[in-house]
Amino acid sequence: MSYITVKNVWQSYGDHVVLERLNLLVEEGEFCTLVGASGCGKSTFLRLLLGQERPAKGQLLLQGEPLRGEPDAKRGVVFQRYSVFPHLNVLDNVAIALELPRARLTGRLFGHARRQARSQAAQMLERVGLAHALRHYPSQLSGGMQQRLAIAQTLIARPRVLLLDEPFGALDPGIRKDMHTLLQELWRETRLTVFMVTHDLSEGFNLGTRLLVFDKTRVDPQAPQAYGAHITYDIPLNQRRRP
Amino acid sequence: MRFINRHPERGGRLLLALLPFVLLLLVYVIASATRLAENPDDRLLPSVGQMADAVRQMAFTEDERTGEYLMWSDTAASLKRLAAGLGVAALAGLCLGIAAGSFPILGAAFSPLLAVVSMIPPLAVLPILFIVFGLDELSKVMLIVIGVTPLLARDLEQRAREMPQEVLVKAQTLGANSWTIVLRVILPQLLSRLLVSLRLLMGAAWLFLISAEAISATAGLGYRIFLVRRYMAMDVILPYVLWITLLAWLTDYALRRLNRWWFPWSEGARA
Repeated sequence: MSYITVKNVWQSYGDHVVLERLNLLVEEGEFCTLVGASGCGKSTFLRLLLGQERPAKGQLLLQGEPLRGEPDAKRGVVFQRYSVFPHLNVLDNVAIALELPRARLTGRLFGHARRQARSQAAQMLERVGLAHALRHYPSQLSGGMQQRLAIAQTLIARPRVLLLDEPFGALDPGIRKDMHTLLQELWRETRLTVFMVTHDLSEGFNLGTRLLVFDKTRVDPQAPQAYGAHITYDIPLNQRRRP
Repeated sequence: MRFINRHPERGGRLLLALLPFVLLLLVYVIASATRLAENPDDRLLPSVGQMADAVRQMAFTEDERTGEYLMWSDTAASLKRLAAGLGVAALAGLCLGIAAGSFPILGAAFSPLLAVVSMIPPLAVLPILFIVFGLDELSKVMLIVIGVTPLLARDLEQRAREMPQEVLVKAQTLGANSWTIVLRVILPQLLSRLLVSLRLLMGAAWLFLISAEAISATAGLGYRIFLVRRYMAMDVILPYVLWITLLAWLTDYALRRLNRWWFPWSEGARA
């Protein structure tokens, strides 16, 4: 059985069909990069995986179980923007990911548990290179550092699938390269299953073990919204990196 | 250089800020002196000396009838009402705003109601408050509560709604439930906005307070102003107005500092 199964998924908003006939099997530990023209439903597909939207038709399964129709701790996400909490400093931004699942009533831990969560968070932050900025607020960080923080915050919650929605889209090329290295290392350490939407084709080819191209094969010039996109190319990449 | 590109220097900024105040004061002093020179019994524009005498009388001399220092007891009475009214309004506005702004189902129920209720002119319901809550403290506090709460709630509701969807999704992927999202993500960010809204609504709150005191009270800054109006005692009214202005300005300043101190990350703290 595949880790993730996408069975004939359709998504539409009113008359506007965004995705159609989407079928996909993904093994555990695979790093899928999603590319395609703007408006081709890559991000929609990611939101379906995340549970932020529910498909109009079809099913998404994780190890044979349907994914919940709302975001939960099984799926971690890093967005291009607004991925961290602006009112918490760097350390608390990561520590909150340990507090929320354990404190269902107060949302925070106290005493020993709190100290332990914070030291665990500090270790994670050291791993992504933010050990020097624990007391900073996100608005004081550069774009690259904010995304490092977002990644640390997501990974410490130990999700089973990692979803990345153009996480490096707003970064400078040099910073982006550093982030690629970091992401590759973390992926190799955690063996997570990753889906990453990107506009940058070379990023798509270099990072993943599998490239999924979204495109529309049917176009009605009279009604451009009548048909949706699906996966037109499914290219295995960098096979020796595969788990 | 074009006028739009010219900025004042540090010292120049202070000078420019003080200039209008000094000019206003000068105009007043000259006008007052001219009128008093024509008619020494003129009451409309008392001299600075006359006002100082009045303040000495009101603030630093025991009242013969009550044995109180009137200006201080007036101030205490007014500030107590203001604090009680704003405190209750802040709490109610925060709860309503978060509920309506964060949960679509509650928003559907409360939003239209808040939109309509906030259009009721609070002073129009003052007679109802006097009838229902009596002529005591409660009706004055309630006027502030009723006047300020809907505005506060609507503002906070809007801010809660403007919170990026990404942040709320993120919290859910980290294992938060509805309650802990409110507690750890929405509430802390709205508390900072609450202080900003309170600053903006402070003027309205004073308006309601003084209106209520003018109509029915036995103490309070508004009560005193309207009482001495009968004797055309401008020498008391003007210092009282200045004192109220100073109090309002100090509250505003304190709220701004608090915001910066408690919520160093917030936009409101910088503005």
